[in-house]
Amino acid sequence: MSNKINHSMSLAKPDAVDISNKQKIALAIGIIGLLILTLALFNTNFPNKGLFLTLALGLISGGIIIYSREAYLTKLEGIKNDGVWFKSISSRGTWGWIVGVILTAFYIILYFFPKYLGLGTDGAENTGLISLFDPLSKLLSGRPASQWFVYGTLYTVAILAFGYKFILKYRHNRYQQLRTGSVMFFQLGFAFLIPEFMYVMNNDLPYYDLKSVWPLNYYIFDEWSVNGFLSNGNIGLALILFGIISIFVITPILTYKYGKRWYCSWVCGCGGLAETAGDSFRQLSSKKMSAWKLERWLIHTVLVFSVVMTVAMIYTYLGYDKNDFWLTRGVFISLVIGFLTLVFAGVMYFKRQELGKDAKYGAIGFFVVIALLLIMHFTGTTNQIFYIKSGALRSAYGLYIGSIFSGVIGTGFYPILGSRSWCRFGCPMAAILGFQQRLFSKFRITTNGGQCISCGNCSNSCEMGIDVRAYAQKGENIVRSSCVGCGICSAVCPRGVLKLENDGMEGRINPTEILLGNDVDLMDLVNKK
Amino acid sequence: MQEHIVIIGNGISGVTAARHIRKLSDKKITIVSAETEYFFSRTALMYIYMGHMKFEHTQPYENWFWEKNRINLKKGYVKTIDTNAKTLYFAEGDTLKYDKLIIATGSKPNKFGWPGQDLEGVMGMYHKQDLENLEKYAPNNKACKRAVIVGGGLIGIELAEMLNSRQIPVTFLVREDSFWNGVLPTGESEMINRHIKNHHIDLRLGNNLKEIVSDENGKVKSIIIQETGEEIACDVVGLTAGVTPNIDFIKDSEIETGRGVKVNRYLETNVSDVYAIGDCAEQHEGINGRRPIEAVWYTGRMMGETLAQTICENRIQYNPGHWFNSAKFLDIEYQTYGWVFSERGRPEYEKHFHWKHEDDTKCITIAYHKNTNTFLGINTFGIRMRHEIFDMWLTEKRDVDYIINHLPEANFDPEFYSHYEADILSAYNKQLQTV
Repeated sequence: MSNKINHSMSLAKPDAVDISNKQKIALAIGIIGLLILTLALFNTNFPNKGLFLTLALGLISGGIIIYSREAYLTKLEGIKNDGVWFKSISSRGTWGWIVGVILTAFYIILYFFPKYLGLGTDGAENTGLISLFDPLSKLLSGRPASQWFVYGTLYTVAILAFGYKFILKYRHNRYQQLRTGSVMFFQLGFAFLIPEFMYVMNNDLPYYDLKSVWPLNYYIFDEWSVNGFLSNGNIGLALILFGIISIFVITPILTYKYGKRWYCSWVCGCGGLAETAGDSFRQLSSKKMSAWKLERWLIHTVLVFSVVMTVAMIYTYLGYDKNDFWLTRGVFISLVIGFLTLVFAGVMYFKRQELGKDAKYGAIGFFVVIALLLIMHFTGTTNQIFYIKSGALRSAYGLYIGSIFSGVIGTGFYPILGSRSWCRFGCPMAAILGFQQRLFSKFRITTNGGQCISCGNCSNSCEMGIDVRAYAQKGENIVRSSCVGCGICSAVCPRGVLKLENDGMEGRINPTEILLGNDVDLMDLVNKK
Repeated sequence: MQEHIVIIGNGISGVTAARHIRKLSDKKITIVSAETEYFFSRTALMYIYMGHMKFEHTQPYENWFWEKNRINLKKGYVKTIDTNAKTLYFAEGDTLKYDKLIIATGSKPNKFGWPGQDLEGVMGMYHKQDLENLEKYAPNNKACKRAVIVGGGLIGIELAEMLNSRQIPVTFLVREDSFWNGVLPTGESEMINRHIKNHHIDLRLGNNLKEIVSDENGKVKSIIIQETGEEIACDVVGLTAGVTPNIDFIKDSEIETGRGVKVNRYLETNVSDVYAIGDCAEQHEGINGRRPIEAVWYTGRMMGETLAQTICENRIQYNPGHWFNSAKFLDIEYQTYGWVFSERGRPEYEKHFHWKHEDDTKCITIAYHKNTNTFLGINTFGIRMRHEIFDMWLTEKRDVDYIINHLPEANFDPEFYSHYEADILSAYNKQLQTV
């Protein structure tokens, strides 16, 4: 009974906490904004597109802003989770499923059938929804809109408007406010505006969101992309060098100092959307042990796939020209194998004990990758690798991982799987950062002695599905590769048990059996393994 | 045959004992409970009603955990214990034999013989069944136009927060003239009074319940206040005036009881092979200034950890370290380390330094010995502190100057939060000058 089974088929739960009249008006305003977009989608030809686009985006944002102000500013500062498991939309109820289906359908159309959004092909003019966005695109970069411009605009509006909501929700928490301000800034500036301006300055440069790092940005080392950069003189060269430095230098240093949160919950666009628009769904991630096992297999498989795919791709186009360049296929493959071996040997040498059973899986993974690369090198021809057409691997990755996993499932399934299922199960960048966070980082979530009461608020609110309580109730710090450092577990803890910290490596992982508060001799006795 | 350890009660004490016995041995373990099938965190019941979590989220271990660790779970209500035959008799009619018995049955809400205290719509807030009752009588503010809470302690204020989350008007009767001032010093207690009122809760200080009035169907209709005779119409009455050990079923056995099950420092009762831990255990004398009965999550867990050692052939005393506790009053978190007494029961040598932030949601009180300046304890509201650091300072018997000057080391607030240590230090120095 107390599990709140809803016996009524009503969409709004009859006994749920009602929303106020002002919130109903705000919802209506937002829905009118969405209606304009929907009408455009069904080819309504608005007379003044600029005006109607402004109106649509303005009404959507305004609706969200008014709704949030009414929701949070009418109450005292504090944790605002009342009713999240009662509301149909945030508890996999009818509304949750409806929104999930709509989002998923949108992503499928966006990735695979952009013509239904009105994309003009072969020089034809845009129609429908995409044409509604033409004025804004022309204003920013002088060219007509594409489906990606529409998506980017809506994405940015979502992060900004729901970011505002999130900041109000956590207005007592500076960490949350700064972090959210940061993702809003990076989305608006780095993902949305700067690439448009870069296009204005030099329209031969490939689209480059500077904060999107390989392997999340899996197309940066594509042939067209690299050629695009290299044919654009110093600025292009600088950009591609920045891309390489990002993953090999900047990322390891920042992750060492601050944990992967510097990226995943302060900078990244996928993370940004999850933390803002996806915040209402964070509690839906599965905390089961079985989900954790699946996560470890899946995310590392994607990582292996993305590494092999990228290497194969670069390898393929290195073979085209007859070696007037020092980087030949042989040199390249040796460099890659050398680098991977160095990383592997380093980890095994320094962290063998910490890895325990996982060392075996790590070793298997490493040798699989090396074997694949060698097979590729010795069986590949100019047109084929792994006996399939070169390029097929890249297409498969783009389709299954880039589009279906990260977009359709990752975002479309927000109301079903929670807000970070892509980050948790799929993102190869998160896998690399997580690997480093687990082994070589100063970051941890400190557990405050014996104060935990096992209430479960922390685990419930973890979007990455970490069973935070399992550690906290043992007095153990949380050092997990998947933790994105959003800090919500710490915020919702009613007893002040959790704190995100960067501190020395010593004592970062502290398995204990007996908690602080008991007689000291007993603690020594039981903690002896 | 392996020794059979039977634990009555699947709360934090019993479950901790079971887990540690399993770590240390291969003994057969059975946990008996009439309340729920699986262990859940009682302290989280409030969040289910508030919609922050579902019941399953309050269970710290997945359901496969028990079988994997060979801990048998039996749902049943123990009616009587025969300690000679080492047998439990269940209300359902079956029996269970044990080699060693651990009583960990926790508490039940106090009822002080108020007229109408057993009417429909009157409940405590302790068991899962209480929560189900509340859901039945107070599903929303249409079915429950007003609720009255009787008793101003930690559970009372939690119940007020719960009802508040569904916009149900609450009248909160508190016997004392300021909230929880038997425990909290005046400055803190008064700050919480104001915080309660800021949440639009009708706080009635110095008010006692006279009686609960029934309607024609045996359901609560209103309550009457002793002091004023005022009648307040309501649909739900929450009785939260403290808890008592839940041991009625033991009273007829040979096990010695007082208010709780009497135990020695080894948590042994007067009957061999029978032990008691957690809320229901009563020490013959309080340990190091503690109360004989401690109905606190942490002490229950510590007793479970200790008793597991004794059961597994390493007989040791229950020897809790420095006192600590925590709670949350609506939006204000509270932690305490060491001893800070309210005006009531404060030793003559205990002096306080009190600092309160101007926003009226943060304050600290540091207790110290007036002659030696030794630090005795701290209460902190709205500022998180490190357990480890204060535990160390208490062990090292630091003086109050040291504590005030080193407070930044103990801060446990999230990153980027404002810090108040400089403010606290200057307030402290100012106070010294005026003395």
